[in-house]
This record gives sequence, structure tokens and C-alpha cells, in this order.
Amino acid sequence: MRRAGSSRYARVALFVAVVVAVQLATRAAGKEFFLTQLTMSAYYTLVAAGLSLLMGYAGQISLGHAAFFAIGGYATGALTTLDLSARRGEALVAFLERVRVLAARPDPYGGELLAVHPWAACAAALVLAFAVALAIGVPVLKLKGHYLAMATLGFGTIVYSVVLGTSALGAADGIGGVPPFPVAGGLAVGGGRAARVANYYVAWGLVALALLLLVNLVESRVGRALRAIHGAEDAAAAMGVDVARYKLATFVLSAVLAAVGGVFLTHYNAGIGPGESGIMKSVRYVAIVAVGGMGSLWGTVATSAVLTFLSLRGYFGTLDDAVFGAVLVLVMLFSPQGILRLDARAALAAALGRLRRTEASP
Amino acid sequence: MQTELFFQYLVAGLTYGTIYAVVGVGFNIIYNTTGIINFAQGEFVMLGGMTAVTLAAFVPLPVAIAAAVLLTMLVGALVELTFIRWLGRPTVLRMIVITIGVSIMIREAALVVWGESVRALPYFTGDEVTSLSLWGVHVSPQVLWSLAACVAIVASLWAFFQHTPLGRQMRACASNRDAAALCGVPVRNLVTLSFALSAGIGALAGCVVSPITYTAYNVGTGLAIKGFTVAILGGLGNSTAAVAAGFLVGVLEAFSVSLLPTAYKDAISVAILLAILFVRPSGLFGSAEVARLEARG
Repeated sequence: MRRAGSSRYARVALFVAVVVAVQLATRAAGKEFFLTQLTMSAYYTLVAAGLSLLMGYAGQISLGHAAFFAIGGYATGALTTLDLSARRGEALVAFLERVRVLAARPDPYGGELLAVHPWAACAAALVLAFAVALAIGVPVLKLKGHYLAMATLGFGTIVYSVVLGTSALGAADGIGGVPPFPVAGGLAVGGGRAARVANYYVAWGLVALALLLLVNLVESRVGRALRAIHGAEDAAAAMGVDVARYKLATFVLSAVLAAVGGVFLTHYNAGIGPGESGIMKSVRYVAIVAVGGMGSLWGTVATSAVLTFLSLRGYFGTLDDAVFGAVLVLVMLFSPQGILRLDARAALAAALGRLRRTEASP
Repeated sequence: MQTELFFQYLVAGLTYGTIYAVVGVGFNIIYNTTGIINFAQGEFVMLGGMTAVTLAAFVPLPVAIAAAVLLTMLVGALVELTFIRWLGRPTVLRMIVITIGVSIMIREAALVVWGESVRALPYFTGDEVTSLSLWGVHVSPQVLWSLAACVAIVASLWAFFQHTPLGRQMRACASNRDAAALCGVPVRNLVTLSFALSAGIGALAGCVVSPITYTAYNVGTGLAIKGFTVAILGGLGNSTAAVAAGFLVGVLEAFSVSLLPTAYKDAISVAILLAILFVRPSGLFGSAEVARLEARG
């Protein structure tokens, strides 16, 4: 917006430097096993970054973003583990294998498994997330306030009960045995200690790419239009901003980003469970965006990296959900713009002032 | 479908409908005085049921239920005093996020206190195999207790809002908060009262249906979604319609079990919610004009 273009690239460069520094720090401290959780939190950060665009810039809440993460993860998980080797005789299966959409790999029992290649599965997953977001977004984004919140929450609930209740998707067990995702050369997104450092860089590299896309977007004409919508929707519409189209585009973009996170985390963890689509997960993403600051991409990314990492390492113990709930309430009560923008003294003074006014009024 | 099976589904639907109806009414009470949708509404039902189960081990059942209702009302009032009262006029987004956070904290506190086990109060009369035969249909007396409690709650709320000075003040507050304040209505205290009231009726419903539906620390979210469905279906703010809508959703859900796997049961009422929101956000009984005006506010 008012910043020069070079500063936004400087920030991305700073981000990359921090990513490298963290990796070097874990090596120096002899805690390289931290990289596993840091890699996972990168994929969750993709969801938070997309949601930050939707909530902070377009001003639309979504309490169902975990559903898009799950749609991505489950689609790629189901396609890459669906064994078609018994149906090789069919023309379609043979054709798909010839054009390399299907790929054979050894299964754990010494046999051979013919399933969709991870790249093709990823593409299919993203197209699916795109289509669902479009289909849901058109009617949902006409709603406002409570109605929007409840509709997105409802969408999340439907996806959750479908993945939990469908035996083809593993019901309560989820999908396991998902193969690694070959990136380039011998490098693949998947578990295993040998590729831990490489995987860390792949994951955060993906976040850096997403950030590059998002910062360019918010500093462009589109970003200005989104901020206008957030500020005053009617005024924006009167100035000729196509409000519905911008909202929908933002919603779809954030949904596809969430699905990208879901796809890669599923390959990284070799599986996905129904918990990933739960309401509590969606609320977590909202909490992260709220703490990071509505409309602050960098704040959201930093918060997501830290909170998700702490949560995945189990530092919150059984109070995991409670921590996110408490954080959500405290931030919204005392600093609705996010804690990175909190001026502690001013906030305290304002809170005291409010208290005094409350006491004074009947 | 055989007639007998049909009536069994109907009875099951009405039982669940009771609790949806009461949660929907609870949403309306708070919405009317504040314009807030309290996402922690389902947690009050859970708190009522769980507290009563714990107390019933020490005191007679009616005392346990009364105490549970009072304690939950206290929690409702405390939620308002701690999180809502001093915010002035917060944005809708902020209010949604705060009430969601509160619901998570109540749920997690319940998890710490009661653990993950599923509990239930004893049947008020007889036990789980007792049944009355009404026109050839077997009905558990507890179902009648639930229906009676629902009717009693709605009737006493109606009497309270129509015929007591306090109820009239709350209605004034609902129709125009500023004007009510100018006329000397203690608006802030009435908001606290509305939270306590809606917590109280939720808790009572939670106690009455708990022998049949059971209760656990995590039932609140599902109930909140269904209660909201019901409140929307009836038109936000319209409590009588919410009761009708509650029974409708309960019965539809019960019959859906005969067509679809039980696992999808929750998806049914949510699908109803989405369909209404997309097609007729003013509810089946509400006026479209009101919804349009409210959507702008």
C-alpha cells in the first residue's frame, strides 16, 4: 500500500533468513528432531495464512477452514492408496497407467500396488477443494455476521461427519499408508530422518511462495478492494468494487491454500485422520489469525509457527484446546487487532477507563 | 414402514426436539436483549446435566436438579459479567469469537472436573424399561417428563415476558435498547439476567433429557449448532416458532436414521440449517423484511 515494493520483498527475504536461522539453531542445539514438528506447523501455517487474507482483508469469518484442509488431505490420501492393480485389464485403467496418472509401487506385503501418482492426486485434490469452495462460497458469502459464522461452522460439521462416517475413508481410523510425495530428484515429502532437513526447507519454501503471492495480492488493486470491502461494504460497492466477486475469489484462494497444506501434510505424515476436519481445528485457525492480528499476514505466520509448534510438541499437555480457547478470548477482549499490535500501557489504561465507566453508570 | 416403528421414531424425535427447542429459545432470549448469538449456549445444557448428576449422589433428585439449574444460571451471569458487560458495543465478529472461546473454556473445564465418561441422571419415574402404553405406542415416562418440562419452560417464559414488570422491561430492551435506557430501564442488568435465564432453561432441559440422551463434557457444540438451526428456522427472536421448529428438526433427524447411516445424523440438521440460510434466512415463520433490516445492522 504505502510501502515501496522493495520492502515487501525485503520482508520475504527476512522470513527466509529466519527459516534458515531456525534450522541452524536446531542443529547447533542438537535438537534436530524439532524439525519434524516445525515442518508440520509450516503446512498448518498455509491454512492460517489463507484465512488471514479472508478474515483480515476481506472481513469474512470462516469457522470451517479445517474442512478444506481435510478435503485436500483425504482426496490425495484416498487416491494414492486406492489399489487398482486387480483392474489392469480395463481399458481406462490401462490408459491411465500409460499416461503415468497411475503408478505402481511395492506394497508392504511384497505385492504390487497400482494407485494414482501423488502429483495427479494432488492436482485432483486441489481441483476438488476449488470446486467445493466455489459451490459453497456462492451462497455462503451472501450471508453476514452470525449467519456466515454458523453456515461455515455447519459446512465444517458436514465434512467432519462425512469423513467420520464413511468406511471408504477409513471412518474413525482415517487413511494410512499414504506414499511420499516425490518433489524433484531423489527428494520426496514424507517421513524418515534422512530427509528431515530437506523436508523442512520444502515446507517452509512453500510457505514463502504462498506469502510472496499473498503480499503481492494485498498490495495490489485487489488488496485495496478487499480492504475497502472490510471497511464499508456498501461504500465499496458504490465505488464500483464488485464485492461479491472479490469475496468469493478470496474465499476460494484461502480454501485452495488450506487444501495445499492438507495434501502435503498427509504425504508427510503418511496419513490423515478425521480429527483434522473437526470444529476445534477450524477454531484453532481462527484463534491463530486473531492472535496474529486481523489483516497482518506476517503476524499470523509468526503466531502460527510458534503456537502450532508448541502444541505439536505437546507443551500444553491436556490443556491444548483450553489454551487456544483462552488465547482467543483474551486477545479478543483486550486487543482485537492482535497481540503484535498491542500497546500494553494504552490497553491497560483503556481497560481501566472502561471499568471506571462501568462502575459509574447505573 | 410399520405404524409402530413410525411412532417410535416420532417419540424419539420429539424427545430430542425438546432439547433443541429449549436451546433455540435460549439463543433467542440473549439475542433479543443484546443482538448477540451466544455460541456457548450448548455448554449450559451440558453444565446443567453434569452438575445434577454429581449432586444427585448426595441429595434427592429434585434438589439436585434445582441446585444444578441455579448454579448454571450463576455461570451464565458470570460469563456475561466477565466477558460481555464491559465491551460496550463490540463488532459481531468479535462477539462470535469471544463466545466461541468461552464455550471452549467451559468445555475444557468440564473435562478437567468430570473426565471423559458419559453420564446420565436416573429416570424420574420408573427405570429404563418402564413404559406407558399410549394408543398402542410404548412411551417412556421420561419422554413425557421432557415434553412437560418444555411446555412448562415456554409457558412460564411467556407469562414472565408478558405479565411481569421485569419481563416488560426486557421486551422494551429488546425492541429499542437506547430508548429503554432513557426510560430508566437498567439495560445492563437485564442483559446479565438474560444470560442467567437462558443458562437456567438450558440447564433444566439438560437435566430432564439426560436419562434418555446421556450427557458428556463435549455435547455442547452439537447442541449449539442444532439450537441455532432451530432458532433460525423459527426466525431469530421468535421463541414460539423456535419450539415448533425444534420438534420439526428432532423428528426429521429421527426419521433420517431409517434412511441414512446413523453416522450422518448430525449432517442432516446441519444440511437443513444451510438450506434455510441459503433460501430463507428469515426462517419459516419470520418476515423477510425483518431479516433484511437485521442483516444490515
